[in-house]
Amino acid sequence: MKKTRINLTIVIVTVLLMSSKLNAQSDVDAIMMGEKLFCAGVMNGNSSWNQYWEGTELRINKNLGTIRTTMVGPMGSLGINKKLNLIFSIPYVESRASAGQLKGFKGLQDLNITGKYRLLKQKSSHSTFSVFGIGGITTPTNNYVKDYLPLSIGLGSTNFTLRGMVDYENRNFFATLSSSFITRGNIKLDREAYYTTEMIYSNKVVMPNVLYSNFRLGYRNKELVAELVADQWTTQGGFDITKNNMPFPSNRMNQTRVGFNGKYEPLKWKGVSITSAFYQTINGRNMGRSSLFQFGLFYIFKLNKKTTSKTN
Amino acid sequence: MKKIFLLITIIALSCNKSIDEINKKFPLLTPVKTDANAGTWKPILVSNFDSYTPSTPLNEQDQAFKQQLNDIVELQKSMTDADMQNMKYWGAGGILRWNEILRELVAKYNLPPVNNEDGTYPIPIASNPLAYPYFPFANPPYAARAYAYVSAAQYDALVTAFYFKSKSTRSSAYLLDTSIKPMLSDQGIKAYPSADGVIYGVTSAMLKLLFPGEINYIDQKMASHKKARLLSGLETSNDLDAGEVLGIKVAQQFVQRARTDRSGAAIGIVNGVSLWSEFETNASQMGEIPWVSQESPKRPPMLPYFGRVKPFLFDSATLVNSVRPIAPPSTNSPEFKKELEEVKYYSNNPTRERIRIVHFWGDGVGTYTPPGHWNAIAAEEFVKMNWSEVRWARSFALLNMSLMDAAISCWDAKYTYYNPRPCQVDPNIKTLTGLPNFPSYISGHSTFSGAAAEILGYLVPTSKTKFDAMAKEASLSRLYGAIHYRSDCEVGLQVGRKVGSYAVLKGSSDGAGY
Repeated sequence: MKKTRINLTIVIVTVLLMSSKLNAQSDVDAIMMGEKLFCAGVMNGNSSWNQYWEGTELRINKNLGTIRTTMVGPMGSLGINKKLNLIFSIPYVESRASAGQLKGFKGLQDLNITGKYRLLKQKSSHSTFSVFGIGGITTPTNNYVKDYLPLSIGLGSTNFTLRGMVDYENRNFFATLSSSFITRGNIKLDREAYYTTEMIYSNKVVMPNVLYSNFRLGYRNKELVAELVADQWTTQGGFDITKNNMPFPSNRMNQTRVGFNGKYEPLKWKGVSITSAFYQTINGRNMGRSSLFQFGLFYIFKLNKKTTSKTN
Repeated sequence: MKKIFLLITIIALSCNKSIDEINKKFPLLTPVKTDANAGTWKPILVSNFDSYTPSTPLNEQDQAFKQQLNDIVELQKSMTDADMQNMKYWGAGGILRWNEILRELVAKYNLPPVNNEDGTYPIPIASNPLAYPYFPFANPPYAARAYAYVSAAQYDALVTAFYFKSKSTRSSAYLLDTSIKPMLSDQGIKAYPSADGVIYGVTSAMLKLLFPGEINYIDQKMASHKKARLLSGLETSNDLDAGEVLGIKVAQQFVQRARTDRSGAAIGIVNGVSLWSEFETNASQMGEIPWVSQESPKRPPMLPYFGRVKPFLFDSATLVNSVRPIAPPSTNSPEFKKELEEVKYYSNNPTRERIRIVHFWGDGVGTYTPPGHWNAIAAEEFVKMNWSEVRWARSFALLNMSLMDAAISCWDAKYTYYNPRPCQVDPNIKTLTGLPNFPSYISGHSTFSGAAAEILGYLVPTSKTKFDAMAKEASLSRLYGAIHYRSDCEVGLQVGRKVGSYAVLKGSSDGAGY
């Protein structure tokens, strides 16, 4: 039982896309759920921006004003065993613009299922070094509209993520670094031709792949996790939004963010955890300069009361 | 678990991302009918063929000509895979490929200029096309006119060429030198002047007028077209060059018309003074709510005097007396309120299928515009018809003159009535596609689609039902998108059909038959 509290999951949501895509990102930290433990809860995120990078040029658009995106949805993490966790999320997303005439969109977005596997754990007197392999799939839950940026609720591609992650913990201080390669499948539009840097006569769009890096540095103990986070989303290809054009799903969308993430587990409310985070996009390309607030409430269920900690 | 990672890796790396593009699968052109008599068809502007008489062909016994034949032999010997692909690309049809190039240029240039710091908007200048704002802003009226001039000029140039072909004795190159292989199907029509040379000559001349910032790109395409034809073994440089010269000459007549068709005044600004407030005054004096730009900052209406551009299919008096629709429901009438409520319903209750329709037909900023969409639809149909190049040209000319005149008729109605958009009258109405910056009545999409369906139904009667259904859907898409009232759409379709019927009349009497 002692270990179960340590083996809790924090869940971080990342807005990775201009349209504020909700992604379960507990797969970018080093904390594992214990065996037969299921952490489930609700995440809420609110992002907004009133400036965006048109190509590399930061601009405003008075016909959009401020783009706000709200995300809410269930999220969970299941400890298959001490080394393997399964994580899932299905956000509901709603977008709106404060100016202009374009109607905001809303709907259920993508299902994400990720497996996180601890490949290595080396302990010495005060420190622990761990290596993780992570693989996930994200796929749209329905045929939502993709070709309506910046107000579409997602980009609609089915993505496979492969991630390597290392974590070093010394006493209660830690650093985690991960790097991911995300392959994105083609998407299908409602129109039969479109212009990128050339005319394409198809309703299918080739989505460029993505490199994603995440670095976190902080303090964690039984009650609290407090960390600074920096991450970078770099699209491998794609094209820039031309001057005064609309964004397009296969644009070269890049962004660098810094943020803070916290989790609190009150000792007197066993099993409950509260998370909150703030991220600011500091640099980007073909994306909004967004600020994101998140809040989450989770509870840990024991699926098998007879579970005992296995030796590691 | 390791196996799962391996599996994901394999899936991730084996993802085949390539997509099938419709136009890359178009087959080589193998016309079922040669239309060898096209020299007897009635041109649009050209009145005297003899003023385009090509220079005397080289004597086939001359060393210079023999050298040209030998050049083809050498070219075919060193043919690469890329050359072969290029030859097949153009082999699908010169009219088709240049129409695609035009659509691409329209999409590239269909971007409204961003406002200046002081809230005004810069005006693209033809003489300085590559300085921002780029010239042209290829919006729907500009695009409709571009498609029309290019297609009409191509048609006239080809008809003229066929007139001279019928007098020519020049055989296809491979018949004059047995070392030359025919790589594409030979229609058995005299090679001088070359139809393909005519096509790239006339088209490049028109495109350079319409897209002056793209001269290098246009020259590259022309060179690639010429090389493809030399490789085909059907034509010599002598044939191609004569065609090119003829094409450029015919283009001059269309350039001349384009310079004097009043499109230059369509923007409605003379010496920095804007003229269109007269429309607002008119509407107010009639007791109607006048249109107001909903953009921020307020943008001048798109080409307010485009309705006065000279049409191809009828004269300006016919436009005003026969084509111009009656006034829309008064903005004070119960009928108007009812239509407004209907727009609001569609705004508030979008279904996935209606959104699909809105976006399928959206054709907004950064696209080839509704006229371009109808060109794309037509091209796919025309491919199935196995027409000769000259019949392709005629068909596109009739379609695109309809679309240009539809733009003129639609813009005439828009600025005659200067009717407000639904979301101007009721700001709670949110739209599902970009709101165009010009008055509501009548819908441009509907007018274009009515015109296109009418003439395409004449050109390809077996698909008439399909075109009519598409036009109806395109028209309603603007109501579903909450940017047009029902009467904008319905009357737009009617006006479009009327415009298209003038093209049907023209087609029925040009001597081309079916």
